[in-house]
Amino acid sequence: MATGIHRGVTLPAGRVAAVRDLTREFGDRTVLDRLDLEIAEGEFIALLGRSGSGKSTLLRALAGLDDEVAGEVAVTGSVAVAFQEPRLVPWRRVHANVTLGLHVPDAKARADAALAEVDLTARAGAWPLTLSGGEAQRASLARALVREPELLLLDEPFSALDALTRITMHHLVLTLWSVHRPAVLLVTHDVDEALLLADRVLVLDEGRIAHESLVTARRPRHRDDPELVSLHSTLLAALGVSPQGTAT
Amino acid sequence: MSVLELGTPARTTSRPGPRPRPRRLPGNAWRRWISPLALVAVWQLASATGLLPERLLAAPSVIATTAVDLVRQGTLPTAVAVSLQRVLIGFAVGAVAGVGLALLAGLSRRGENAIDPIMQMLRALPFFGLIPLFILWFGIGEAPKILLVALAVSFPLYLNTYSGIRGVDGKLAEVARTIRLGRARLIRHIVLPGALPQTLVGLRQSLGVAWLALIVAEQVNANAGLGYLINDAREFLRTDVIVVGLLVYSALGLLTDALVRLIERRALAWRREFIAA
Repeated sequence: MATGIHRGVTLPAGRVAAVRDLTREFGDRTVLDRLDLEIAEGEFIALLGRSGSGKSTLLRALAGLDDEVAGEVAVTGSVAVAFQEPRLVPWRRVHANVTLGLHVPDAKARADAALAEVDLTARAGAWPLTLSGGEAQRASLARALVREPELLLLDEPFSALDALTRITMHHLVLTLWSVHRPAVLLVTHDVDEALLLADRVLVLDEGRIAHESLVTARRPRHRDDPELVSLHSTLLAALGVSPQGTAT
Repeated sequence: MSVLELGTPARTTSRPGPRPRPRRLPGNAWRRWISPLALVAVWQLASATGLLPERLLAAPSVIATTAVDLVRQGTLPTAVAVSLQRVLIGFAVGAVAGVGLALLAGLSRRGENAIDPIMQMLRALPFFGLIPLFILWFGIGEAPKILLVALAVSFPLYLNTYSGIRGVDGKLAEVARTIRLGRARLIRHIVLPGALPQTLVGLRQSLGVAWLALIVAEQVNANAGLGYLINDAREFLRTDVIVVGLLVYSALGLLTDALVRLIERRALAWRREFIAA
């Protein structure tokens, strides 16, 4: 079995990531079990799963943060990640966080543009510790976007935000996605969020992709949309939860 | 009311809004000077009446005059310059050694295995106890004095910088990986700034012990500097000169402490605004 991360190796045409036989064990616990996944250019995937189902492990493997996975991982060279916590570097002002590690001549202008896109121009000179949760998460998105990634990995980036801020962030992510068209892999445990945002919703269970739903409704979507309502029950069932909230 | 509450003053009023800051009225500031000034006055009186003989402690007025004289003659400035030079060189040597070793130990597993056990063992050594050995090894010139200061300075800086580096948030290191920050940039932009607050704690401690080490070192056969001035004065029962020397020591200690606080305010601005917010 071939092992290791193969960044930038030849990917199937039109794909930004291809994973085959991906296995990850922690001790004698198998978190990812011979998982296969391909991510197409520009597609928006939501990855659902109970806690401990290996969602974040898969994302970390794609982000190149896990050296101990077995299997084949081919990922485009241009990946950006936004984590659950914004993970801004506290001793660099917001704009310096966005330009960190960005070695292009017009880094400053690009950072300004990215901050404008996430509506954070006014806070560009602020210290990260003075930002609100939503502002910090927007700064984190700007830091990811400024690299013009082909694949944007989002690890539950909205789960720590309050409900109103989360709605704003959903709109923001959709807008940014429709402008820049990166492929997005959003790890979430929120079925509504997955249905509102993604083209394809995957359910991870026992280390494998146990279920896949395609969402065809036009955006902006509303959660009362009949397609979403029906998919909602399907996905809950796939997650092993009945709509009444009792485990099946 | 429980037994515990009996001992504490009862607080029956609820306090709406933020707690009022304890304010010191400008008109009341002088009250804090009453007791120290009274002490000096009593001291002066005791000296004038002969209750406090000059061979034990000189009168405040005599000390003040002596201080002025010592400055005029150039004795004091020269002594301060010599002592300051010892501290500066010793501090520089100790800081380079302490921070350098902390970087080696903090940034690589091999460095840690090689350096940290030795440093942890040596820190238990009472370094003033090394003076006899230092005299045997380095004689009684400048070298043992500077090296004692350097040794005293290096440990707080090593220990704090090392633990500062090891305490840097691993999640930020992951961010660095995802944005392809190379190792050199990771160290420069994430690790070193992250360790800085702890290093500054070490700096403050080390400057404190630097002066202490100097005072001890200068008791050993110095022929110049503040310690020499004090020791020489003892031979001639000049308690006024001794007190002037001590006052200068404490002034220099306060001065360096203020310097570190200034550096902290500058370097840790990102934290200060958070605390103020």
